Amino acid sequence: MHELAITQNILDIAINEAKAAQASHITKIRLIIGELSGVVGECVQFYFDFLKRGSIAENATIDFEAVPAELHCRNCQASFKLEDSNWACPYCQSTTVEITGGQSCFIESIEVE
Amino acid sequence: MKRIKVLKNITSANDAIAAQNRELLDRYNILAINFMSSPGAGKTSLILSSIQHLRHKLRLAVIEGDIASKIDADKIDKQGVPVVQINTGGSCSLEAHMIASALNKLPLDATDILFIENVGNLICPASFSLGEHKKVVISSITEGDDKPAKYPIMFSLADAVVINKVDLLPLQEFDLAGFRKKITDLNPEVTIFEVSCKTGQGIEAWCAWIIEQVQHRRNPKF
Repeated sequence: MHELAITQNILDIAINEAKAAQASHITKIRLIIGELSGVVGECVQFYFDFLKRGSIAENATIDFEAVPAELHCRNCQASFKLEDSNWACPYCQSTTVEITGGQSCFIESIEVE
Repeated sequence: MKRIKVLKNITSANDAIAAQNRELLDRYNILAINFMSSPGAGKTSLILSSIQHLRHKLRLAVIEGDIASKIDADKIDKQGVPVVQINTGGSCSLEAHMIASALNKLPLDATDILFIENVGNLICPASFSLGEHKKVVISSITEGDDKPAKYPIMFSLADAVVINKVDLLPLQEFDLAGFRKKITDLNPEVTIFEVSCKTGQGIEAWCAWIIEQVQHRRNPKF
């Protein structure tokens, strides 16, 4: 989707946090990507390598952790993870499901020096 | 080496501005509705039809979002309704900061309802809160009945879904009951309208819903 703007946000958040901690360099950014967040890790990586130049994150790497979509069945109340884009509940086959996780994309932590 | 917990959503900067927009809208008692759909589903047509029905009852204003052009804003301007066109210049969604600067150009003290027409796209606009009070997704018969299955996030966030171009139902293979079920499976609280902006079918019920939202905001007990 809009990974250039998103990558700039990631970099801005990380740099602000690092500066607040009076660090001189960022060495690692740990990013959690929900399956339904629409964020594509490969694209973020591509833009990050470009945008980080000349910043205190110049030598930083990004660790990506993909989080699967979590669904909750409104019929039998089971919770399950989305597999093969099958939205039906694996226990009762109902399609009345609520999205309970895997929508967000956030920076979990950064490592600084 | 030192590890710092961050736990910040990547859209946190947007969300903070969206909250400021919401505060400003609330201060002026304006109900803001974010219209989202694929390109060509009928966002502008629905806004124009709504203007026709509501203009004598409520004071309206419109923000138009497009990657390029001011075609849509010109259509609204012809109706004599205050409008600001935002050209996102390639960005696939409106973002809160764009709304913040558009709000500066609108007569907020003479507005009851703000219609915000997002960029035609069923993916990205779902990620960016603008500070709106209601999200409306417009889906048209010609797009096919598989859209809720393909774009579940968008449909799960909607307060209302407007199914447009229902006058074309006899000409299309479109499973209306199945389509409605897919939406309510994801989002049981949603209100669904079947309309044709061309024939005017269903517009009255849709506009009654808008009026209800305005009244509910002014008096939550209503």
